[in-house]
Amino acid sequence: MGAPLGIDTGGGGGGLVDTSRNNRVKSALFKGALLFSLGIGFVTLIALLVNVASDGLSRLSWDFITSFPSSIPSHAGIQSPIVGTIYLMGLVALFAIPVGVGAAIYLEEYADRDRWYNRAIEVNIQNLAAVPSIVYGILGLAFLVRGLALGRVLLAGALILTLLVLPIVIISAREAIRAVPASIREGALALGATRWQMIRRQVLPAAVPGIATGSILALSRAIGETAPLILIGALTFVPFNPDGLSSPFTALPIQIFNWTTRPQDEFKLLAAAAIIVLLVLLLTMNAFAIWIRNRYQRKW
Amino acid sequence: MPETREQTTEQEQLDPSLESQPRKRITSHGALALPRVLAERRSNEKPMSSEPIFEVKDLTVAYGGKPAIEDISFDIGRKRITSLIGPSGCGKSTMIRCFNRMNDLIPAASVSGAIVYHGQDLYGPGVDPVEVRKLIGMVFQKPNPFPKSIYDNIAFGPRVIGMKGSMDGIVERALRRAALWDEVKDRLKENAYSLSGGQQQRLCIARCLAVEPDVILMDEPCSALDPIATARIEDLMLELKDQYSIVIVTHNMQQAARVSDMTAVLMPDVRDGDRAVGRIVEYADTGSIFTNPESKRTEDYVTGRVG
Repeated sequence: MGAPLGIDTGGGGGGLVDTSRNNRVKSALFKGALLFSLGIGFVTLIALLVNVASDGLSRLSWDFITSFPSSIPSHAGIQSPIVGTIYLMGLVALFAIPVGVGAAIYLEEYADRDRWYNRAIEVNIQNLAAVPSIVYGILGLAFLVRGLALGRVLLAGALILTLLVLPIVIISAREAIRAVPASIREGALALGATRWQMIRRQVLPAAVPGIATGSILALSRAIGETAPLILIGALTFVPFNPDGLSSPFTALPIQIFNWTTRPQDEFKLLAAAAIIVLLVLLLTMNAFAIWIRNRYQRKW
Repeated sequence: MPETREQTTEQEQLDPSLESQPRKRITSHGALALPRVLAERRSNEKPMSSEPIFEVKDLTVAYGGKPAIEDISFDIGRKRITSLIGPSGCGKSTMIRCFNRMNDLIPAASVSGAIVYHGQDLYGPGVDPVEVRKLIGMVFQKPNPFPKSIYDNIAFGPRVIGMKGSMDGIVERALRRAALWDEVKDRLKENAYSLSGGQQQRLCIARCLAVEPDVILMDEPCSALDPIATARIEDLMLELKDQYSIVIVTHNMQQAARVSDMTAVLMPDVRDGDRAVGRIVEYADTGSIFTNPESKRTEDYVTGRVG
């Protein structure tokens, strides 16, 4: 803290010697305040983790992961929620990444920003990223479950989570595409490449690390979403794995939500154990995203 | 790549002119070298007389309705090196980017007038800029290799335009012509970013040669390079002019004097207060421009009094 020479800019006539105790006190106080803000977030997180771990670790076992939910706490497990979550993530990735990257390519490479409709789309996407997830749940219920009569099935859940994360995928893919320098684009075009050849063979490959990172972070947002799934009616007690797109399903956050609402203490412990599993999944995904980013980071 | 070895020898037999040509002078870069360079050149070179590859006619380029260059008319010789010189903001880069329609990428840019190339106006109706760029290659100010292997950098162009034949052969031929083969032949799979700046720029030239263009445009190709790397590029240009027409934009008057046959001097005319519009004030063979300029503005510029 503080430069060794302590250059006094306060004009106290001290030259290079720090004579202003006042400035030093101020900057120490400011640093302290910043540390305190950081501490609040950090301590809360640690407290939560410790609390969950102390409750849940005792119930965490291979049996817990491989068993189906049950009304008898000692037999209950989370196989079907885990499988449901994996199915959901797979489908969301399948739907959201191609559509999101496609939209990002359009906006970055083709859209003429002087056109009002392109600007309207841009503003909309920014806003959609901030819409609360429960609103997406209502949309899903009205439009997918009832309007398209999909019913309360895996496909409806996956589609609604896709809509939820699509703006995030688009925004992060745009950033990644924009980060590819213009000189690469010019180099490709100058060789007689068409615009699509330039995008397909130079811009997209160079943007893949950024797109992958953004997509994984978007998926890790989707994996923890509960509200929209509850709203469209994912079942809270599903003692079987989904067997297709039109199968009823559950997911980890829903199972956790269900268990925490039960009065019995045993279920609270189960919920804590399931939270640990969900956290491990989440942290793994985020770590993978960070790894990709560092591994393929490029200086232009 | 086992094929490559065989092709090496085949290549040498087929085209002895490429590698066996003795390396030409590494030019001196001293400030006083100019007259000597010119004298040396005049003694061993045929005078400029060649049918034009480009006929520029009343070319005006405007950005958002405001002209950047105006009423440019001149002919560029086939298999000659033509340099465009002039102070910053005179529109040299705008000018050179007209020849391969790179200005099309700027939505606000509009081009009027004509550039006739093999009897066809590059800006005529129905002319596809992609086709234009296949024949008229470009090397940029800053080396811009693709973030891929050396091999893939060269192979990209031939692949996208669908060239036939062995890709290994195409890659080797291009690298040889750009005098880079010996330095990179054992590391073709390495990332192009592992090369030095000068090597990267020669890679970009090789990449451009790989699609077998007719004309090579160079937009200040040495501005990011040290003098030795610059000299190598200049030697390369002199070797290439047997087969290609070359247009080069340069800030470096020594460079224009060393390499080019013809030199066009562009100057900004200040209009409406502070807006500069580029025009050609003089276009002649390089020797005259540097030793006996007709225009006072050219003389002031080439002798370093302005610009």
